Amino acid sequence: MTANPVSPQRPPAALESLRADFPVLDQTVNGRPLIYFDNAATTQKPLAVLAALDHYYRRDNANVHRGIHELSNRATAAYEAARARTAAFLNARSTEEIVFTRGTTEAINLVANTWGNAQLKAGDRILLTEMEHHSNIVPWQLLAQRTGAQLVYLPVTGDDGLLDLGRLDELLVPGVKLFAFTHVSNTLGTINPVAELCERARQLGIVTLVDAAQSAGHLPLDVQAIGCDFLALSGHKLCGPTGIGALYGRKERLEAMPPWQGGGDMIASVDFFESRWNTVPHKFEAGTPDIAGAIGLAAAMDYLDAVGRERIAQHDRELVAHAVEQLSRVNGLRLFGPRTGRAGVVSFLLNEVHAHDLVTVADQFGVALRGGHHCNQPLMKKLGVMSTARASFYFYNTRAEVDQFVAVLREIQKFFAQ
Amino acid sequence: MLDELNDLYQQVILDHSRSPRNFRPLASANRTAQGQNPLCGDNVTLYLEMAGDVIKDISFQGSGCAISKASASILTEALKGRTRAEAKALFARIHELVTTGETAGADLGKLAVFAGVHKFPARVKCAILPWHAAMAAVEGKDQPVSTE
Ligand SMILES: Cc1ncc(COP(=O)(O)O)c(C=O)c1O
Repeated sequence: MTANPVSPQRPPAALESLRADFPVLDQTVNGRPLIYFDNAATTQKPLAVLAALDHYYRRDNANVHRGIHELSNRATAAYEAARARTAAFLNARSTEEIVFTRGTTEAINLVANTWGNAQLKAGDRILLTEMEHHSNIVPWQLLAQRTGAQLVYLPVTGDDGLLDLGRLDELLVPGVKLFAFTHVSNTLGTINPVAELCERARQLGIVTLVDAAQSAGHLPLDVQAIGCDFLALSGHKLCGPTGIGALYGRKERLEAMPPWQGGGDMIASVDFFESRWNTVPHKFEAGTPDIAGAIGLAAAMDYLDAVGRERIAQHDRELVAHAVEQLSRVNGLRLFGPRTGRAGVVSFLLNEVHAHDLVTVADQFGVALRGGHHCNQPLMKKLGVMSTARASFYFYNTRAEVDQFVAVLREIQKFFAQ
Repeated sequence: MLDELNDLYQQVILDHSRSPRNFRPLASANRTAQGQNPLCGDNVTLYLEMAGDVIKDISFQGSGCAISKASASILTEALKGRTRAEAKALFARIHELVTTGETAGADLGKLAVFAGVHKFPARVKCAILPWHAAMAAVEGKDQPVSTE
């Protein structure tokens, strides 16, 4: 998918030593060693990220862009270096294509409120998929309400959780103005063929937005190879701090878009009754940004590249293959999502046990899972369930943890069968 | 660890969650209220037949975890035949029970099995959701109530 050089394949054991970089992993919960399997919700932070935040606040803290003094220069340089780091992380053509946001949700809302308000009119269609997170549904519903545009959904096939690409010819047609879809499903673990989907859209002049919340920290990402117009990510899902994320936008698109929030930093000049906007990306960053967050995000990206993103992807593949294999041996376990070629996320239900009960008991064994609708209520409806339990992995997780998790599931089964 | 789990999932709770009592719509109902837990999408609908001030009959339907299902089931048994004032007083006590584990000396009967919930803050909402719906129905409100 990308031109990234494939780093030498090392056994997963080599990644296990990285656990020492994550102090939070080294604790007991309810008397058992913590097994943190809620990485799709948020990942843990390595010492390098904590150190970057600490250094910034200890030595360089100042406001950006407006100062003349030394600390402000340092803060501005670090903040803009973080933008360049993010551009490089995504292989964007230029730093001007990176807008810092609070996360994926804000990035999508930005596009809906600027590009969407300017471009959509009654009768236009927005194509989404049935596996979208609420944050890639609700902003478009609001836009549809404002403009009279219509939402259309590309179906998911069923429990195996693939996009029904056979329906694409019929649904991705002129009249669709935007095709927005997730790269990796946070519930099903499906990895969608994003480059192919963008290419199909581009042939019809349809604008594309990729939700990379679940992929940015797990797969090598190259926006030029993907060929999308917009891509959204969250720092906290890739070892970075909460409160920071990014919108990648093709420069021509960003330049053609009106601003969203108004305030300081986003203007070139302000008069009593009108203002001129700053250039992109600053036009979309009103007010004092999350400077520390951006610096922490850059440190996280450095960290992931040092580990090797292809290596992380490889570890994900191995761990989830092992998990799927072990889980499919548990009687009464219903597994959602593709059997092969999936990301490190597994959703399941165990007999008649409700996901909340399962997660409560797992927590008593030190295993952190998530239970609920995972902000995927339309998908749950499609699958005919109210909720699922979910385990999601990262490179610091081990096969031994997966084995222990499966053993705990068997305990849970016994517990509720008593 | 397993002690706390056994406190939370007492046999009575597991039994009621597997075979909930009064689990059906109520043809004679003159009050209904819905409870919804936005965290998990679970929902419960309470059906009440009020005769003046008295809960003459009561039933529920919906989907939920063991705690919320058992809570709704035991609630229907506990509230049947009670007056509005008694129901409200009982709600206050069960609320105290699931948040603090204390019963203030009152004999709550079967409802006492929910004492273990207070050690699981994330699950308090599950236990209390059907009660919110029941109180809304008793008060004559019929719009959905939520745990938030
Ligand atoms: C696929 C997907 N999209 C979007 C989001 C929203 O991310 P955030 O809450 O960081 O804005 C998430 C996070 O749960 C996600 O998994």
